[in-house]
Amino acid sequence: MALSPADVLAGLKEIVEEVAGIPAASIELGKNFTDDLEVDSLSMVEVVVAAEERFGVKIPDEKVTDLVTVGDAVDFIVNAAK
Amino acid sequence: MSQRRVVVTGLGATTPLGGDVLTTWSALLAGKSGVRTLTEEWTSLLPVSFAARVAIEPSEQMERVEIRRLDRSEQFALIASREAWKDAGSPDIDKERLGVVIASGIGGVITMLDQYDILNNKGSRLVSPHTVPMLMPNGPAANVGLELQAKAGVHTPVSACASGAEAVGYALEMIRSNRADIIVSGGVEAAVHQLPMAGFAAMKALSTRNDDPARASRPYDLDRDGFVLGEGGGVLILEEYEHAKARGAKIYCEIAGQGLTSDGYHIAAPDPDGAGVQRAIKFALRDSNLSTKDIVHLNAHATSTPAGDVAEANALRAALGVDADHVAVSATKSMTGHLLGGAGAIESVFLVKAIQDRMAPPTINIDNLDPAVTIDVVREKPRALPAGDIAALNDSFGFGGHNVVLVFKSL
Repeated sequence: MALSPADVLAGLKEIVEEVAGIPAASIELGKNFTDDLEVDSLSMVEVVVAAEERFGVKIPDEKVTDLVTVGDAVDFIVNAAK
Repeated sequence: MSQRRVVVTGLGATTPLGGDVLTTWSALLAGKSGVRTLTEEWTSLLPVSFAARVAIEPSEQMERVEIRRLDRSEQFALIASREAWKDAGSPDIDKERLGVVIASGIGGVITMLDQYDILNNKGSRLVSPHTVPMLMPNGPAANVGLELQAKAGVHTPVSACASGAEAVGYALEMIRSNRADIIVSGGVEAAVHQLPMAGFAAMKALSTRNDDPARASRPYDLDRDGFVLGEGGGVLILEEYEHAKARGAKIYCEIAGQGLTSDGYHIAAPDPDGAGVQRAIKFALRDSNLSTKDIVHLNAHATSTPAGDVAEANALRAALGVDADHVAVSATKSMTGHLLGGAGAIESVFLVKAIQDRMAPPTINIDNLDPAVTIDVVREKPRALPAGDIAALNDSFGFGGHNVVLVFKSL
């Protein structure tokens, strides 16, 4: 099922807020997970697993390092869901 | 060079009687019980349906996101350490001279078992990546060390129910040996879960007084039938004396020495002769340059088990001799339940408060004192301690035959 980038961004905001306690309002496409949002490596694993469950996609471990920004993650998930 | 002296400059606690030291101490002097019937469904699986949970849930004292990546034992450690650090005046110290020694008897057992359930029911992909840092027994000490950026060393002695006292003693040695000037020391436990409770129940170690939980923990009473599991933790800030004076710190008292021995007798049962306990007391007094004449108060291990309480009382009488007549003995587990690895720590906090307020807390629930107990137990109401220079003992024992005695004295 196709997902819209806006839906994926909204879902990711909820996940990152739940896992890392970062206010949804400060989570934007250009934000870097590590440097801007301070999501550490263990919490990133939680974000990935939660995103897989929520969007019904598979995010392989070797792809996770490529998801540097929130926008990278949105693009990956939208494409994976096509 | 004369030995570096060590004082207590801060206290913190979260216990079945209160979410901080003062609330806990007031309840203790008032003789209140922190033991309650558990509401969890799993109690129907067990012969015991009560325990002493903390009075204030961590969720009321910490942020939600912080809680979800910390085991309950780690939450207790941070709550008590934050209170103690603030109480010590949040000292400005070279981090390479700051250490942490916080023990736990069992570690993150609730995390381990909850994640095992997730593994079995939902698969390995959903096991939390925080599982290992949450279940490791050094997790409470490590998290406190991380928060305070302590770099002199972070340690976790494990000796079952003697762990908390052993941690405080380890901290004393770290300062004496000049590895550090301040140590955040203590012990925590979070094991109110069906598996540890079933294990203790299988040993016949737990009280089964399900119809009257608040009266179940009754050290020295003839009808005692086992201990009551408690949870929580206590933290003491230990500091080198000159360092504390130089920064104008509030000084509660001195921690004057410790004695440690092992029984070599049985994995769980106390040595009925109490020889190991007697030697620990002797070593502790020698280490403190004190004699039995100086001791006015003792916070006993006294867990409310039929065998343990009498073995300990006999050992105390033998070690203190006629001087036991002027030692006011308090068994505070009658009110807090048994915090396992946290017990020696919260009881050290109580000893420090007793010296400060010159007041020994009561032992509740003694309807009929066991005639085999020949020490002077403080019953029902608190008892005033003498003015002037005084010293007090805290003894703790653990499965495995561990004996730890700590000595605190007024300054």
